[in-house]
Amino acid sequence: MIGQSPLRTFIAHAVLILGILIVAFPIYYTFVASTHTLQTILRPPLPLLPGGQLWNNYSEALFGGIGRIGGVSVGRLLLNTTIMALGVAVGKIFISILSAYAIVFFRFPLRMTFFWLIFITLMLPVEVRILPTYKVMVDLGMIDTYAGLIVPLIASATATLLFRQFFMTIPGELVEAARVDGAGPWRFFFDILLPLSRTNIAALFVILFIYGWTQYLWPLLVTNSNDMNTIVIALRKMVSFADADTEWHLVMVTAMLAIVPPILVVVLMQRWFVRGLVESEK
Amino acid sequence: MAPQLAITLVFFYWPAGQALYQSMLRQDPFGLRTKFVWFANFRKVLADPAYLNSIKVTVVFSLATAIVAMGVALLLAVMAEKAMRGKGLYRTLLIWPYAVAPAIAGMLWLFLFNPSIGSLAYLLRSLGIAWDPLLNGTHAMILLVSAAAWKQISYNFLFFVAGLQAVPKTLIEAAAMDGAGETKRFWTIVFPLLAPTTFFLLVVNTVYALFDTFGIVHAVTGGGPGKTTETLVYKVYNDGFVNLILGDSAAQSVILMVIVIALTAIQFRYVERKVHYG
Amino acid sequence: MATVDLKDVKKVYPSGIEAVKGVSIAIPDKELCVLVGPSGCGKSTLLRMIAGLETISAGTVAIDGKVVNAIGPTERDIAMVFQNYALYPHMKVYDNMAYGLRNRGTPKDEIDSRVRSTAKVLELSALLDRRPRELSGGQRQRVAMGRAIVRNPKVFLFDEPLSNLDAKLRGQMRVEIKNLQRKLGVTSVYVTHDQLEAMTLADILVVMNAGLVEQTGAPLDIYEKPASTFVASFIGAPPMNLLALTGSSSGPILADGTAIDFAAPETQAATLGFRPEDADVTFNAEALPGALVLPATVEAVEPVGAESFLHCAAGGSRIVVRVSGRANAKPGDQLRVVAKAEKLHWFDQAGKRVD
Repeated sequence: MIGQSPLRTFIAHAVLILGILIVAFPIYYTFVASTHTLQTILRPPLPLLPGGQLWNNYSEALFGGIGRIGGVSVGRLLLNTTIMALGVAVGKIFISILSAYAIVFFRFPLRMTFFWLIFITLMLPVEVRILPTYKVMVDLGMIDTYAGLIVPLIASATATLLFRQFFMTIPGELVEAARVDGAGPWRFFFDILLPLSRTNIAALFVILFIYGWTQYLWPLLVTNSNDMNTIVIALRKMVSFADADTEWHLVMVTAMLAIVPPILVVVLMQRWFVRGLVESEK
Repeated sequence: MAPQLAITLVFFYWPAGQALYQSMLRQDPFGLRTKFVWFANFRKVLADPAYLNSIKVTVVFSLATAIVAMGVALLLAVMAEKAMRGKGLYRTLLIWPYAVAPAIAGMLWLFLFNPSIGSLAYLLRSLGIAWDPLLNGTHAMILLVSAAAWKQISYNFLFFVAGLQAVPKTLIEAAAMDGAGETKRFWTIVFPLLAPTTFFLLVVNTVYALFDTFGIVHAVTGGGPGKTTETLVYKVYNDGFVNLILGDSAAQSVILMVIVIALTAIQFRYVERKVHYG
Repeated sequence: MATVDLKDVKKVYPSGIEAVKGVSIAIPDKELCVLVGPSGCGKSTLLRMIAGLETISAGTVAIDGKVVNAIGPTERDIAMVFQNYALYPHMKVYDNMAYGLRNRGTPKDEIDSRVRSTAKVLELSALLDRRPRELSGGQRQRVAMGRAIVRNPKVFLFDEPLSNLDAKLRGQMRVEIKNLQRKLGVTSVYVTHDQLEAMTLADILVVMNAGLVEQTGAPLDIYEKPASTFVASFIGAPPMNLLALTGSSSGPILADGTAIDFAAPETQAATLGFRPEDADVTFNAEALPGALVLPATVEAVEPVGAESFLHCAAGGSRIVVRVSGRANAKPGDQLRVVAKAEKLHWFDQAGKRVD
């Protein structure tokens, strides 16, 4: 590496710190707001340091009045969102790994047709086919159900492709060694393939958990009843009331609660997340 | 494999086919009769000034978001490469927004820049800027772009860091011996070698700005003020679910599909090209 | 233990490519059969058909007298050592060796004793708790061997198992494999493209070319009496010198016009060959009846230590002569290459040996 002057290193750090300020500031400020009273928030500018209402605000949002967000407790919203995020992540990994396994390791008629059928779905994000998909959901009676929230999101091709790519890097010799060692298809899957895919599964889990957690359009459509809302949707409903009525301190608490779980997942599982992201997309 | 196929067929192909079919139907005003009209809906949609406006809005929004998000991310990534220490810590602190839902990102920015209670809006006003994203379309657009770009910085940052690490150090050293200064080294050696990453991110960011930002638009401006921030996806939603003009909405869906397929095709061309870059 | 019998085995891929065009080999019990040939000759395909990893298009493969065409690799009671070892990366050495036994429902304590005793034989005892990536190339090779041995199968199959090792280690492992195979007395089939490996390991050597067997036999028999120009040039390093002949009324002459002044076994011989060590060089000009004498120009000298190789232009082509110790020739020297008539090999138009 080429040496560089201390000044340049200093500039680099300064720019990074500035960047972090920009990136982290909205989140930090939300936290600050969530610890102040409504009155303080309504009289800008808001102080830069947290206020003394942390306990009050959070307990009010979590346990205080029913009817805060259309009659649904924050706990329920968090539960819904967690179920959706976990459901999407686990479900997608489950069916993707099976499909990829079938595509890579078995020869059967129409194999490539199936592969292309799945592959093309890459090109059709939910946003593009909102209305007809919604109609299908209505016809199947899946509105306001967890299945309705989860199932349509788990079949997209990205995860299948990722697993397919990974499986194709597994040397043929390893597969044959397992056959000679007497491992049938299921044995091979559980004893060899699954343990080898652990890192990929972890990485994908993080990405899909975030994906599920941050969904907006889909839950907006599929949930009519307030107690099936995800926290993101509920939050939006809280804000959409006329400005004066918005209880900003509680909105901010809810926002924090909506933001913190996925951030924790990303930060704590950073190693897998970064690897999974950069490798899966490239 | 069967489950994925079943879900794929029910939730992807059936709806896509429906969209295609409906895009060629027109209902009478009372919803009593439907008529097969071939491409009339497309003609109508494409001739609709509101739709053309929406295209313009989308292009401006997507480009601005992609450029801002990528520019900031590249700057930060380059700086992170230079900062010998604390790289890991910086990364940890920079990837947060990835986990924030676009809609929430929009709301946080709205909170900061809301004309009545937003602290930063207050700051702007005290600087003498008549800031009002609720009434001024340009301001609304700036707010949307900021929120959308902010959320995407983490993603781009991670890719640029990975891309920078893939640039062989020997090349940079060779350039240094050839007498290229630091800035020159970046623009003549590093940046061209980053081109595949940059191009890839450009496509990803465009797709992101096209689709994933529905939440931001819906939560922050609802397409307003006027129709100054009505993006294509938002219009599909609005026409279909709010205004219930099914044929138009379906036709718009089909147009969107075509756009996505084109973008995906471009992305795959890139994948092929990448092979040559090694 | 077991015999392995191949009868007219063929492999045709769906694309129409015929990789193996009818091969018959009989391997007696406890013997090590080496399949050798250039890449693409069908030797690996043949091995994989014995293993049950490729279907057999025609002919039969029998292990221990029983035709196994229709049964899978698991039931054939074979063990295979792969070129890249194919160790399960997420399993410890112990589990790698135990995996095949577990899948066959061997009792736990028997697995344990067999793994440990095999590990002892292969000097792997200290490594049982390591994972493959923590091992050196040679150690991985041993584990791959151990995984095969521990199963105590009827047949060992080796697919170029030493090709990923450096030259020195390869030499060591060669000796070790030979000793182990002899000690265990397990019938083995070994595929390699390295003729030195083939010569030193084989009880039976099978030289293959383009999907067919060129010659089968004991290694030295093949060396001394190669059945074709292909075998002659493939077995032995440096390879046999081959000189093209053209016929004339007075007998065969070499391509550069040098006449052969003694009788060839048959007039239709098209190629004449002799091994580098069966020739000598001389600066004298005396007549040498009953020997092939070629005027030659030295082009390069390769001293190896115990011997030297002289690369010469002679008889219209390039030849190599091995002389022991230091060579007293230098590039540019004009000399004569002499080979005794009884050390000459003759081949016909089709490349087949004529005696």
